[in-house]
Amino acid sequence: MSEGPLLIARDVGKNYGNRIGCTDVSFDLWPGEVLAIVGESGSGKTTLLNCLSTRLNADRGTVTYRMRDGVARDLAALGEAERRFLMRTDWGFVHQNPADGLRMGVSAGANVGERLMAVGNRHYGRIRHCAEDWLNRVEIDVDRIDDRPRAFSGGMRQRLQIARNLVTSPRLVFMDEPTGGLDVSVQARLLDLVRGLVRDLGLSVIIVTHDLAVARLLSHRMMVMKEGRVIEQGLTDRVLDDPREPYTQLLVSSIPQA
Amino acid sequence: MSAVTMSEAGTNFAYLDEETKRMIRRAILKAIAIPGYQVPFASREMPMPYGWGTGGVQVTAAVIGPDDVLKVIDQGADDTTNAVSIRAFFRKVARVAVTTHTAEATVIQTRHRIPEHPLIEGQILVYQVPIPEPLRFLEPRETETRTMHALEEYGLMHVKLYEDIAHHGRIATSYAYPVKVAGRYVMDPSPIPKFDNPKMHLSPALQLFGAGREKRIYAIPPHTDVRSLDFEDHPFEIQRFDEPCALCGARNVYLDEVILDDRGGRMFVCSDTDNCESRQADAQKETAA
Ligand SMILES: [Zn+2]
Repeated sequence: MSEGPLLIARDVGKNYGNRIGCTDVSFDLWPGEVLAIVGESGSGKTTLLNCLSTRLNADRGTVTYRMRDGVARDLAALGEAERRFLMRTDWGFVHQNPADGLRMGVSAGANVGERLMAVGNRHYGRIRHCAEDWLNRVEIDVDRIDDRPRAFSGGMRQRLQIARNLVTSPRLVFMDEPTGGLDVSVQARLLDLVRGLVRDLGLSVIIVTHDLAVARLLSHRMMVMKEGRVIEQGLTDRVLDDPREPYTQLLVSSIPQA
Repeated sequence: MSAVTMSEAGTNFAYLDEETKRMIRRAILKAIAIPGYQVPFASREMPMPYGWGTGGVQVTAAVIGPDDVLKVIDQGADDTTNAVSIRAFFRKVARVAVTTHTAEATVIQTRHRIPEHPLIEGQILVYQVPIPEPLRFLEPRETETRTMHALEEYGLMHVKLYEDIAHHGRIATSYAYPVKVAGRYVMDPSPIPKFDNPKMHLSPALQLFGAGREKRIYAIPPHTDVRSLDFEDHPFEIQRFDEPCALCGARNVYLDEVILDDRGGRMFVCSDTDNCESRQADAQKETAA
C-alpha cells in the first residue's frame, strides 16, 4: 500500500456571490497528523473545513483523499453513496454544538451504536458492548448508557459526540471549535481526552479553532487564516513562538502567557 | 350514512373520474414494479375525512371493476361504522357486490389487520395507511429520508429497535413493525399488529398500500419476500396468546381483549370477526349433524 499524505488540498476556494469564503488553500495532511486552522470569525476557516469535508462543494481546486484501500481519490468525483459511506466510516465530524452531531431523542448507547448499525452490525449484544466500551473511553459512566443526551451536561454531550464518531475507527476526524461552548475547566478536561485519543488511535485531525491555546495543545502544524486566505503556516511551535506575519504576531500577543 | 354524503358521489364509476383513476393506476403499476417503494400520487379529496382511509379508498376505486366482490374491515371487524360506510360507498358508486367472507372477496380494503383466512392468487388486499414513511420516527427531514431510501441506508431502523431493547429488554414495537421488501426497500406495513407480518411474506395476493393525506402509494406484488427487521440475538417474534378465542376456540389467531365488567372480568376473542363467526357456525353445523 502506498504511503503518502492522507489528504491533499490544492488551490481550494469557495465564494459566496462576490465575497470570498476561502481561496488558494493548499496543504498536505499526513497520517497521524493534527492540523489546526486558526483565525478570527469570518476568516474563512469554517468554510474551508466544510469544503475539505465535502459538506460544501468547493468552487475551485481539488481535495484528494487516500481511501482505506490505499487509492487516492478526488473527493469531488465520489458518488453520493460513496461520499456518505466515507463520512460515516473512515471520517468523523465533531460539531461545536453537540446537538448538531447527536441524535438528542435516543439514548447514549444508540448514539454510539448508530454507525455500527449503519455498516450492517446486527447483533444487539455486541453493539451494546461496543457502546459501553466507548462510553468508558470518553469517561462517561456506563450507567448512563440508556439516558438521552438531553439529560447530559455540555461536556458530557461533547464527549458522547466524540465517541459516536470514533466507534468505526475513522482515520480522519474534522473538528469545528469542539471546545467552543464549554466552561474553561470543562474545556481543559475535554482537550486532555482528545489529546489522549488522538495519540492512542493515531488519528489524523483537522481542527478549526479561534483559540491558539487549543492549537498549541493539540496540533502539530497550523495554518493561520485571514480574509479567506492562509497567511502563514508551519509547525505549531514555530508559528506560535516565532510568528512571521504581523497579523499572526498580533494574534499571538493577545493570548495570556501561561 | 353519517360521514359519507351520498349526494356528493357523482355519476362516475367508483366515484373518481377516468383520468384520475388512470393516474392512480399508473402510480400503482410503478409501485408494483418497485416493491416497497413509496410512489407519490395526486391524492384527491374524497367525500369522507382523511382518518377514514381516503388513500385506501382511492386505491380501491382505481382497481375495482363491476364484477368484483368487496370486503371492508376495520381492526378485523366488518361491522364498524368506518367499514360499513366504505362498503356502502362502493356499493353505491360502483354497484359492486359486497361480502364479509374473506374467501368470497376479490378486493379487501383493510385498516389495521390482515384476515386470518389465507389469501389466494387473484385477490387484492388494499391497506389504509396513515404514515407511510418508516424512517420518520428518527429523521423528520423528507429530503434526507428520500436519500436514505435511494442509497439503502437503513441503519436508523435498527437504532429504533435498539432503543426498544435497551428500554424494554425486548423489541416492544408491536404495530407498524418495519419490513424489508424484496431485499431492497424498508417499508411500513401500516399499523397492523406484527402478528400479521408473516402473512405478507410470499403472499399469493397483491398487496396495495394507500396513504391519502401523505399522497403515497406502495405495493407488495404476489410471491414477494417480506422480512421483518430484527437483531441476530433478538429475532423477530409475533405476539403469542396463552388461551384460544373464548367464542370459537381458535388458536394461532390474533385476539382482542374484551372487558366484561368493572370487576376485572375480561376475555380474549378473535379480532377477525368474520373468521370467528364462520368457525362458530361450522361448529354448530357439526354438532347438529
Ligand atoms: Zn374466535
